Amino acid sequence: MSDTKQIGVTTVRKEAWDKVTGAAKYTGDTITTGTFHGKILTSTCAHGLIKSLNIEKAKRSKGVQAIITGEYLPALTGSIIKDHPPIARNKVRYFGEPVALVVANTEQEASMGVNLIEVEYEPLPVVNSISDALKPNATLVHEHLGTYYCPDATVYPKAHTNMADQVKIRKGNIELGWAESEIVVETTINLPGSDHLSIETRVAKAEILPSGIVNIYTSSQGPFAVKEEISKNYQIPEGNVVVHTPLVGGGFGGKAAIQLEPLVYLASFAVGGKMVVLSMTREEDIMTSPSKISTEGIIKLGATKEGIIKALECVYYVDCGAYTDTGPRMAKSIAIDCSGPYNIENILCDSISVYTNHGYSTSFRGFGHTASTFGIERAIEKLAKKLNMDPFDIRMKNAITEGNTSPTQEKITFSNAGNLVACMQKLKEIINWDEGNIRQTEKGTIIAKGISSFWKTSNSPTNASSGVILTLNDDGSLNLNFGAVEIGPGMKTTAAQILAERLKMDISSIHVFMDVNTQLSPKHWKTVASMTTFMIGNAVLGAANDFISQLKEIGGIALECSQDELEVANQKVFISHRPDIFISFKDLVHGYQYTSGMSIYGQIIAKGSYIMSRLTPLDRETGKGKPAVSWTVGAQAVEIEYNPKYYSYRLLRAASVIDAGKVINPKAARGVVMGGMSMGLGIATREEFIYDPKAVLSNTSLRTYKLLRFGENPKYAVEFVETPQIDGPFGARGVAEHGILGIPAAFANAISLAADDEFNDLPVSHETIWKKKTGGKYDTL
Amino acid sequence: MIPFDFEYYKPDTVEEAHKLYTQLNLKGKKPIYYGGGTEFISMARMNNRYAGAVIDIKGIPECNVNKIEKGKLVMGSAVTLTKIAESNLFPLLGYISRRIADHTIQGKITLGGNLLGTIIYKETMLPLLLTECQLVIYGRDGNRIVNIIDIYDRGLNLNEGEVLVQITIDEKYLTLPYRHVKRTKLEKIDYPLITMAAIKDGDNISVAFSGLYQYPIRSLEVERLLNDSKLPKKKKVLQIVNNLGIEVLDDIGGSSEFRKFIMEDMLNQVIEKLQEVC
Amino acid sequence: MIEILEPSIVTLNVNGVDRKVTVKPSDTLLFTLRNELGLTGAKPGCENGDCGACTVLVDGWPIKSCLMLTVEALGKNILTVEGLKNTTIQKAFVENFSFQCGYCTSGFLMVCHALATVQPDANEAVIEEWLQSNICRCTGYEEIGNAIKSTLNQINTMQG
Repeated sequence: MSDTKQIGVTTVRKEAWDKVTGAAKYTGDTITTGTFHGKILTSTCAHGLIKSLNIEKAKRSKGVQAIITGEYLPALTGSIIKDHPPIARNKVRYFGEPVALVVANTEQEASMGVNLIEVEYEPLPVVNSISDALKPNATLVHEHLGTYYCPDATVYPKAHTNMADQVKIRKGNIELGWAESEIVVETTINLPGSDHLSIETRVAKAEILPSGIVNIYTSSQGPFAVKEEISKNYQIPEGNVVVHTPLVGGGFGGKAAIQLEPLVYLASFAVGGKMVVLSMTREEDIMTSPSKISTEGIIKLGATKEGIIKALECVYYVDCGAYTDTGPRMAKSIAIDCSGPYNIENILCDSISVYTNHGYSTSFRGFGHTASTFGIERAIEKLAKKLNMDPFDIRMKNAITEGNTSPTQEKITFSNAGNLVACMQKLKEIINWDEGNIRQTEKGTIIAKGISSFWKTSNSPTNASSGVILTLNDDGSLNLNFGAVEIGPGMKTTAAQILAERLKMDISSIHVFMDVNTQLSPKHWKTVASMTTFMIGNAVLGAANDFISQLKEIGGIALECSQDELEVANQKVFISHRPDIFISFKDLVHGYQYTSGMSIYGQIIAKGSYIMSRLTPLDRETGKGKPAVSWTVGAQAVEIEYNPKYYSYRLLRAASVIDAGKVINPKAARGVVMGGMSMGLGIATREEFIYDPKAVLSNTSLRTYKLLRFGENPKYAVEFVETPQIDGPFGARGVAEHGILGIPAAFANAISLAADDEFNDLPVSHETIWKKKTGGKYDTL
Repeated sequence: MIPFDFEYYKPDTVEEAHKLYTQLNLKGKKPIYYGGGTEFISMARMNNRYAGAVIDIKGIPECNVNKIEKGKLVMGSAVTLTKIAESNLFPLLGYISRRIADHTIQGKITLGGNLLGTIIYKETMLPLLLTECQLVIYGRDGNRIVNIIDIYDRGLNLNEGEVLVQITIDEKYLTLPYRHVKRTKLEKIDYPLITMAAIKDGDNISVAFSGLYQYPIRSLEVERLLNDSKLPKKKKVLQIVNNLGIEVLDDIGGSSEFRKFIMEDMLNQVIEKLQEVC
Repeated sequence: MIEILEPSIVTLNVNGVDRKVTVKPSDTLLFTLRNELGLTGAKPGCENGDCGACTVLVDGWPIKSCLMLTVEALGKNILTVEGLKNTTIQKAFVENFSFQCGYCTSGFLMVCHALATVQPDANEAVIEEWLQSNICRCTGYEEIGNAIKSTLNQINTMQG
């Protein structure tokens, strides 16, 4: 291969054949005899004191090895606020919360043990909504809020309230903004909680070896975070905690949370260090494990008659559920991008994290941006309608571009954000916008299109980092080792492509360490935030550069020339003007051997690392600061067919145009975007948690928590714009989450147009439309 | 994972099955007859169902019959929904079967299982109610043949230990004009908000519903109104819907009011497609 | 009459081979395949028959192995994803990028393989009917549809 070109070329993922033969191993697939099984007793009460908990009968049940409750090695967990006991202690705060954990020889015996535990609750009033949480004299979910330790110094829980945090954005002069506004609209939105619903439910195992090593096997997006948390919570030297993560069966943010790992550690500790596995049933995965936040928002926009937006005032309430986990960070995300990808000079935004007695939440694909996009896009749609402007025109007019500033007052460039106008123009063509956005068919149905723009940035710690190690095999092929988890998007292959491109070699000679072992792989922050390509990619480039310089150093000796004359390609080091004079990688595996047999240099081991550049915390009062290195912008559309007779609709088409900077693996990128769009349609049309008046979750199985199935999706169009991100690997920026972001808004815009009403609460079912249009009372007249 | 143990028996004859049941019951084993087992397994898993012994009836030849014989369609209780759909001996029942659960599970759910399950929809009951079928039930005194009408009251009321062996339907019903409509909250694979089945025998329309109440229903009062030629279409539909009572289901799938709205359209469809065509 | 009253050693025909295995009457086929036979291609996704990740073929027909007792499979031929060897559908899944995380893949492959075997002339409606039995959370199903359609086309061209 002389003209290697690995970037922008569709590349079959490295583990593809393992995944179509059943050979691919996920955490639950390594089944060893002698492993004990854990089973959780979950709370049937959403808020109550644990009056009594009798485990005596269960202890004597066949096969039961240990039963642990909240009193066992109690320690609070939480990455932002340490508010969360792994097993409820004294009181329960949500339906489905772990109350006890039974460890037995088999899963069946553990279940039998669970069934014998007797527990009595003294119910407390439930905090069943954001408004319940915020009303005066509200029941408190956490009486001791204010005393909790906060590992993140930039979170401000308010004692004696249900408010976990408040993020403020104060940009420009909001009074001036209103003064300049000739027209004002206000929109209230409501997005309920919902589930990640990875098809692999969460599962973890732990053993404690006599040497002190704690092995944790877990289906996680953050094995290094698990290592840190277990070490800190249970005072184990961090190096003794080894976290192993093989392939993960879908994450979508849900497996970035740390939940089962402390439980299996405690369980193993209780049985003398033996291996204990805990795998969630689907019902537990939905009700006990963390889920997506629910969000309410009030968005007020002011603009001139020409449609130039002058002011944005918005407040968002994020329902974190019973424990915060990363909830406050999603509230922060909503705030920092509250303007959407629009240039708004005067902004006032409050984003408030709230405790309720709902299931607790964690990061979810889009990290709050689906909600913020929904808010701003529904408001802009209303503005366009009021101004009688074309929905595209108003967005184009206000599109953010080089020289503008973000809500946190960061300077926008084409490199750090991409080109939104280019995305919108492309989208306009794809969906034939010029033919009109609404028309009636002969059948009496209405076909309508809705659009939405979006932007998203990451929200990492300011010191989030990544690393890569390269080693050589005897045949001159390379081993690529890094700490990002393969959760589905094909990250391991993307990294191999970047390496192959930089080294100008064939990707088949690059072997990727598919699993993550925190003892062997260099640390990677977490496989989240669509930042993996960017962070790992940059670390790969660093390692490749290190590798090349080592090769040149040794090559200069081998080829008896100056290093400056050397080049590396096709697994060879050669003299650039005399390619016939070369030495192959395979002859440099153990360093260089002179004809005499004497050897020098030793193995080549190359390394690369990356750390987020120049990030700062936000100012508490104004939100000013630099939360992330870049944004990704895009534009999306949904076309539906609405039947006014039945108040029903069908999804016809959905389109996305995203500025990816540089697309590395086209078919894979398209697939990830389509998957995100599909999930967005789920959120728009059917996915929601339904709580009864006692805050008991009513839909805990796939019979009642519905997902899109085969044949229910629209026809998809996915296109990319490539405005390079200068500091990204080959110009690439993140696209993994983005497919979801604008779809609910685009859908709501379409259905609102078609049904001539405002749909600001998701999801929208046929009954929702019927209720809205008729008042929800069957009328026989 | 089923959180308890049980004994498994797969008898070859109905007699054997019944005898086993009686013996196991006496021993306090809480036996159940087992067809496809889909409901038993999913409920047992959640501690909502217990059995100390299961008697799998799929090995009994009579329970696997699916043929037309002497002017009657004879279907064994262990015949799967897939077999019913693929054989298409009774198209209305075939259509209904194809819309229960999903295609893969239809290969496991049996007719008897759907009819006798705890699930409130039991959609295969609808065509049976409409065709006034007969049931072959094996009990203490051997086989008895009963009209469905005589033992249907919100469900098939079999006596303790009785086995549902076969369902027989007069052949004349199999080719009657029919209508089947299932509407769900949003998607195809879901429980019904309402499933309606209707047939037309001569000028007379019979209609039955699932999802309307806690149990499948064929209401003679509804049919009387529907077949009343003196009532204008709009009036009869409204009278029917207005007289559904307070029992109309109201759950997370849909409100009772929305169910009524859907019901109205279903009745209109029946009238348009079955009554107004000659 | 078959009677299995306690843990027993039985013979199961899996992927063309008779395998002796210890089963309890309450074991699901999914449990036996994974925990007793080490065939972990079939995945637990809900153990309630809703997601299809555990789908295997029993006598050539797709079955959700979480809703079948192992003892029900005695005397039947069980085919799991591990028994598929270089089939057209596997290649089509790879070429069409029909999976991301891969967890639902075995189940989809088994449904597709059965469909291609039983009904190679299946039209769009039949494909939809069969494949609606399974859930994929990563893709938008388009790539899975492309894979099954290309497989059916290939079969029909070869036969045609």
